[in-house]
Amino acid sequence: MKTWMRIIAVIVGLVPAAVAADGVRGTGDLGIVVERAAGSIQIVETTGRTSLGRVTGLGDLSHATAVFSRDGRHAYVFGRDGGLSKVDLLLARIEKRIIQAGNSIGGAISQDGALIAVANYEPGGVRVFDARTLEAVADIPAVWGEGGARSKVVGLVDLPGQRFAFTLYDAGEIWIADLADPKTPALVKHRGIGKLPYDGLVTPDGRYYLAGLFGEDGVALLDLWKPEEGVRRILGDYGRGAEKLPVYKMPHLRGWAKAGDLVFLPAIGRHEVLVVDARSWAEVARIPVHGQPVFVMARPDGRQVWVNFAHPLNDTVQVIDAARLKVVHAFKPGKAVLHMEFTPRGEQVWISVRDEDRVDVFDTRDFRRLASLPADKPSGILFAARAHRIGL
Amino acid sequence: MRIQDPHSEWWARRRNSRALAAIALAAALAAALPAASAADDGGLLPARARELAYLVRQDCGSCHGMTLKGGLGAPLLPEILAGKHEDALAAIILDGMPGTPMPPWRPLLTEAEAAWIVRALKEGLP
Repeated sequence: MKTWMRIIAVIVGLVPAAVAADGVRGTGDLGIVVERAAGSIQIVETTGRTSLGRVTGLGDLSHATAVFSRDGRHAYVFGRDGGLSKVDLLLARIEKRIIQAGNSIGGAISQDGALIAVANYEPGGVRVFDARTLEAVADIPAVWGEGGARSKVVGLVDLPGQRFAFTLYDAGEIWIADLADPKTPALVKHRGIGKLPYDGLVTPDGRYYLAGLFGEDGVALLDLWKPEEGVRRILGDYGRGAEKLPVYKMPHLRGWAKAGDLVFLPAIGRHEVLVVDARSWAEVARIPVHGQPVFVMARPDGRQVWVNFAHPLNDTVQVIDAARLKVVHAFKPGKAVLHMEFTPRGEQVWISVRDEDRVDVFDTRDFRRLASLPADKPSGILFAARAHRIGL
Repeated sequence: MRIQDPHSEWWARRRNSRALAAIALAAALAAALPAASAADDGGLLPARARELAYLVRQDCGSCHGMTLKGGLGAPLLPEILAGKHEDALAAIILDGMPGTPMPPWRPLLTEAEAAWIVRALKEGLP
């Protein structure tokens, strides 16, 4: 058995990465790097900061993302082309792959790890699959209004209690789906949340769901402990009627925006990061930054917040000190910085630099570059530790 | 390690250089205007045409999809654009679509470049 496993490990190239003498390794320090144009992912490890292998044949991975099984063994990769692929991180191979829709944007894994939900643009809605087999379990068409039109769905996240939350872009609605009975989802719809909600997030404790608005100022907020109070608007006047700057890339929201009691959010059409107090939801500060923020990500300990920017200012990364609410570091990793991912305890950040075909690894304490890995037009970097975080 | 304060001299220099770049861009735009109505390829150098094709796939692609079959933004495939007027499409690129996330690209593209992109999309992007 031991020999057999070692042979497998050698075949898939996992041996250099500090595999124990028995040929077995964990996945807690593994992750994937999406190679968006090539339709492949690299499997990487953050202890030795190396690439372990590549999995190809994943389709159109522009705007791809992934979630991880609760045992950390599998990544579920969501492709733009509606592809849902279950990838074995240790054997570096596709275990199962389906095309579940025509055009999709991302997904989530249920609290118990048994269900994978995918947010689709075409046909607009959410589809739910068995995490083990990828067999269809439920279909939730995002039908709204009078004529039976379907809305594009964004901001799909898992919630405690075997639920999912998501946002209807065209309709301006937030829906909560309870999948206690997986085949018959129970829906609660919150209507009229604002114009063109572009993405959503749930705070790491699973209590608050936020949807950022593109069509008007502000963010829609739902307290999931008090759903009867409905959705309210925060940051409703941050633009104060001022002419918006052009937004050449839509910002992204996820649960890493929370740092201590503060939530850091990208402004729309203003070169600012907005800071709100997560107890009162009042605005605390606006931090001037280099460009239109895309990802605003708190290091896991919350002390730093890293920001990247939309085209054409996307060669720069800035770091905000969460105690002083000021930019304390700025540097240029290279052209087209698309994504950043922290190691679980935040000592490293991995940054994809698309146009330079590189993923760079930085020490978050002194900002030294620790490593650089070649990658083909890298975009999303996602670490397996997300398996154990609500909303990721 | 270089700790930067947003109000430091380094940032002031950056702002200045961006202002200069904006002036240079405006000058380039003015210079390019006559070319817009002129030649087939709008007088674009092949290297610039390659840059534009890359821009459309990779950056326009963040909303319209890298294969241009659509995403949050509309699909931009030849069969979708067939029959749509080139000038109207170029105007959307240059001035955006108010009320939607489509931004105005006039600060970043000349009219000749927008016209080149419209033709390339209609013919199928290289």
